[in-house]
Amino acid sequence: MTDEPNIDLSQPIGDEVKTTTCYMCACRCGIKVHLKDGELRYIEGNPDHPVNKGVLCAKGSAGIMHQKSPAKLTKPLLRVGERGAGDFKEIEWEEALRLATMWLSDIRNTDPRKLAFFTGRDQSQALTGWWASQFGTPNHAAHGGFCSVNMAAAGLYTIGGSFWEFGEPDWDHTKLLLMFGVAEDHDSNPLKAGLGKLKGRGAKVVSINPVQTGYSAISDQWIGVTPGNDGLFILSLIHELLRAGKVDAEYLARYTNAPWLVIADPGEADDGLFLRDDDGKPLCWDRKREQAVPYDDPDLAPSLKDGHVVNGRRTHPVFHLLAERYLDERYAPDAVAREIGVPASTIKQLAAEIAETAFEQEVVIEQPWTDAFGRRHERMVGRPVSMHAMRGISAHSNGFHTCRALHILQILIGSIDTPGGWRYKPPFPRPAPPPQKPAGRQGQVEPNTPLAGPPLGFPQGPEDLIIDGDGQPLRIDKAFSWDAPLSAHGMMHMVITNAHNGDPYPVDTLFLYMANMAWNSAMNVDATAAMLTAKDEAGDYRIPHIIYSDAFASEMVAYADLILPDTTYLERWDCVSLLDRPICDADGPADAIRQPVLTPDRDVRPFQDVLIDLGARLGLPGLTNDDGNPKYPGGYSDYLVNHERAPGQGSLAGWRGADGTAKGKGDVNPNQLDAYIANGCFWRDEIPADSRYYKHVNQGYLEYATELGLIGAAAPVILQLYSEPLQQFRLAAEGHGDIQPPEAHRARVRTYFDPLPMAYPPFEHAENNDREYPLFAVTQRPMAMYHSWGSQNAWLRQLHTSNPLFIGRAVAEQHDLRDGDWAWLTSRTGRIRVPVKVMDGQNPHTVWTWNAIGKRAGAWGLDPGAPETRQGFLLNGLIDELLPEQPGCYRYGNCDPVTGQAAWYDLRVRIEKAHAAEPHEVSPRREAQKSFVRGAAK
Amino acid sequence: MTSLPKTPPAKRLGLVIDLDTCVGCHACAVHCKEWNHGGLPGPLTDEDPYGADPSGAWLNRVHTYEAVDEDGNSRTVHFPRSCLHCETAPCVTVCPTGASYKRSEDGIVLVDEDKCFGCGLCAWACPYGARELDVAKGGSGTMKKCTLCIDRIYNDTIDEEQRQPACVNTCPSSARHFGDLADPESDVSRLVADRGGYDLMPELGYKPTNKYLPPRARPVQTAPARELADVEAPGGFLGWVDRMLGG
Repeated sequence: MTDEPNIDLSQPIGDEVKTTTCYMCACRCGIKVHLKDGELRYIEGNPDHPVNKGVLCAKGSAGIMHQKSPAKLTKPLLRVGERGAGDFKEIEWEEALRLATMWLSDIRNTDPRKLAFFTGRDQSQALTGWWASQFGTPNHAAHGGFCSVNMAAAGLYTIGGSFWEFGEPDWDHTKLLLMFGVAEDHDSNPLKAGLGKLKGRGAKVVSINPVQTGYSAISDQWIGVTPGNDGLFILSLIHELLRAGKVDAEYLARYTNAPWLVIADPGEADDGLFLRDDDGKPLCWDRKREQAVPYDDPDLAPSLKDGHVVNGRRTHPVFHLLAERYLDERYAPDAVAREIGVPASTIKQLAAEIAETAFEQEVVIEQPWTDAFGRRHERMVGRPVSMHAMRGISAHSNGFHTCRALHILQILIGSIDTPGGWRYKPPFPRPAPPPQKPAGRQGQVEPNTPLAGPPLGFPQGPEDLIIDGDGQPLRIDKAFSWDAPLSAHGMMHMVITNAHNGDPYPVDTLFLYMANMAWNSAMNVDATAAMLTAKDEAGDYRIPHIIYSDAFASEMVAYADLILPDTTYLERWDCVSLLDRPICDADGPADAIRQPVLTPDRDVRPFQDVLIDLGARLGLPGLTNDDGNPKYPGGYSDYLVNHERAPGQGSLAGWRGADGTAKGKGDVNPNQLDAYIANGCFWRDEIPADSRYYKHVNQGYLEYATELGLIGAAAPVILQLYSEPLQQFRLAAEGHGDIQPPEAHRARVRTYFDPLPMAYPPFEHAENNDREYPLFAVTQRPMAMYHSWGSQNAWLRQLHTSNPLFIGRAVAEQHDLRDGDWAWLTSRTGRIRVPVKVMDGQNPHTVWTWNAIGKRAGAWGLDPGAPETRQGFLLNGLIDELLPEQPGCYRYGNCDPVTGQAAWYDLRVRIEKAHAAEPHEVSPRREAQKSFVRGAAK
Repeated sequence: MTSLPKTPPAKRLGLVIDLDTCVGCHACAVHCKEWNHGGLPGPLTDEDPYGADPSGAWLNRVHTYEAVDEDGNSRTVHFPRSCLHCETAPCVTVCPTGASYKRSEDGIVLVDEDKCFGCGLCAWACPYGARELDVAKGGSGTMKKCTLCIDRIYNDTIDEEQRQPACVNTCPSSARHFGDLADPESDVSRLVADRGGYDLMPELGYKPTNKYLPPRARPVQTAPARELADVEAPGGFLGWVDRMLGG
């Protein structure tokens, strides 16, 4: 037959195409949006964009259904019934903004701390944090505290960088990639592209993860470690490498604090601090001159030998302390194998493989460069072993030390920013730790006065804490207090509990953006809902006002008093700024914008516009002119172009200067947004070839970065094997200095502020009887819903509408469980009934499930009978936000003691088969919320 | 009954899917749905999209399987499944109206929806489960299947580099490849040769055009090749370090 139909194969995709930046997750890929007759026709990856280079994930491709979701809020809402009941009336924006202004100006006129302003998956923290400072409240943070602050803080205090936005494996040269605790997540598309590249080159991929899904499934070696034991695993690898002398001695001597001398004078106020000269420069022992000289002396011939007495002080070089600790048999593979659930032979094999790859297969790039000490190098030599890690090792109460241990491993083999290793992405490296200190100390919070700086930062000693004279917290989340001194991302997970308890003080208004704190972002969901609705003796809500902004009818909406409906990402201006969480790659800095592609068909406003409007109504100095008029009457796009954070530096680094030819620094360019749009809505610069590696000590790079305003000064970033700020806190706990922890906190601070990484069992593991709760429980998001704000999406929910609890075969046999059976899962906090599925590829002592599929009936515009509400569940209800009560003891949060990171993955449970007669439905099933979105199903 | 092209097409356009690299992210499936919903075979209607039993027509789905070897080592494989554009496609020969056909030019198997009345015989005949009837309310009632994005690959209005099936363009890990499998010199043919690409269920004799590249052999748990030996030096490890630094 030849009568094939004649098909028109060259139909144009649409009649208009616009570029912008995706926001279906936190990856921030460039997209091309095709419109046809004003409607969305097709969204594809932008091939020119540095993040995704044309690819797009399942979420990004489902952006059309995001826009069409019936769960979109349509108008500002004011609560008319009891909080939580979901009774609202629609109001006009003017009324909504007037009301918010009234509440907030009362606070600002009296005590700005009574505003707690927290944002969730917000990516405009450069704006929201600055806004909080202008308002004058220290009570601001985003979701980092319950995400991966252990990772970020450990990295920033150790190497002045970290994973994800801070750095990436050298995908083109690495020969061995180790991924620790990486689920199907950060950063979504670049990681998949990188793995594809490694596979294409035949490089080896090793995944250390309790669960063998996603990236672990395609890894060449999967190591199913028991949750919470990664730190011990890493320190055992370090033990092996040290024992065999497989470290990069030259790298250590030149670019790390390995030769720095540490004072050994137990009991003295400077014990464990670096020995410094009169200028405050740390000293090293020079083996040729046989005297102590400053670490940055270009002729330094460092000695790592122990026992030098300098100016009458006994000292140890850092490296001596480090080697002595980890050479201990406590860290030998045979000693740790049982505890971490990995055979000793595997640890030995991996250590041997790391050593072989790093030192027998070095990568050399024939490119001369000059280091920050003036030494010229003819070539760039690298160790082609790279690492990547994410929340799996971070979200534990021992995560900070685990993450530090991982960086120590990278440093020891000389693979930080060397060819084939792990590479910084600008604006990193920054000093370790970065110089910003949190604002909001005593005397820094006054009515009608901006804070002296940003509310978040990096304390270097007790004097930087946000505490009162009695050592009590001054932030509502107790960040930067003795509870968690280095809580660099705040502690959002503690806000509702503390506000409810009035501890350390009551707040007036809780202002949340894109944070589902009544559901999947809360530990102990029912208790959180109860606290949001709790009243005092007088019958008033304990948290008097709750303002919430979201684009969708999430579970949180019903718990707010005033709803400010947000737009979708396709309907607004936005910014991916170098001041915020940037999208740079290791070869160049970059930033991006979103432009409105569609006009909202409902009465909603972009949250950032609303925030700028509110700021002007409140008369915040940065948002009003001297005459009291709004400084940015054009809203967020006006602010993006015209706001200067420092002279010549603003939200966007590209096309600055009146004529648009400057980069990094330059005058305001009124046509800047047009220049971005003309370039596909992003800007990227290329780092010169001699400056692309050894960035932390590469003079060319440091000067380049200073010129662009990425860092303040072209000073080398010396890698901190030994962390002196930690020792500063430990000394305070030992009774030194003016600011010391209250007695109740002393032992904890002394224990966990160890200047070298330590391994200890997560608190829940120690607190719980192994017999009572023998299983470890963790979650991860499915790739098609990772970090997405809208898993109700019509296409994505056809992929996942329910989630089973995956159990290992031994657990299944022990409890007579088969696929499709139901079981009760019990923790010390709660008990839930869940469906089970047997899986072989997981640590035998671990159960796990997909997160963020389970929904509360009535929410998200779904039919109340949707499977997400009957066969979908969260583990959140099993997790306590506090550690168990102990008589006479202060009750700490379920967090890392150094950073306050929420310890989601410390959960311990037991499992029992549900009775055959029980309904096949999750339990408890919370009462359905009223659906107040117009387009909701049924 | 419908006939296959009398002479085998000179080109055999198809996909090569690398199971060693596919992470199971569903990017290809959703991007396929997105392109084709508004493209030639669209709309791909969804039934009860926000209700208790959401479903819809998809031209590409990803399945996940777990396999355990005799040593107890498990392995998860992600398996994308779509029309294989068989040489002797049973879905074509079974079609009573001539709606299902194989293009003589490039071997792509298509459905002429003007002739399809939704009898479903082709889906029944296809052993690979690669066809889906658009039965949702408001749907066309006709058979939907992968077109290899024929409205992209020959589309003059699209940039040349982008003239590939939507699933190939979007795959983040580059696990999907498109090309002419009749040309032994094409990139896809070379991949198949190098990596031992194979046919699904070859015993049925339908000669699928699409090929799958098997997961590479991997050391699931290797014994240490050679354990690291202790440093042998006076002063132990620290003595060794100092000597390395010229001390």
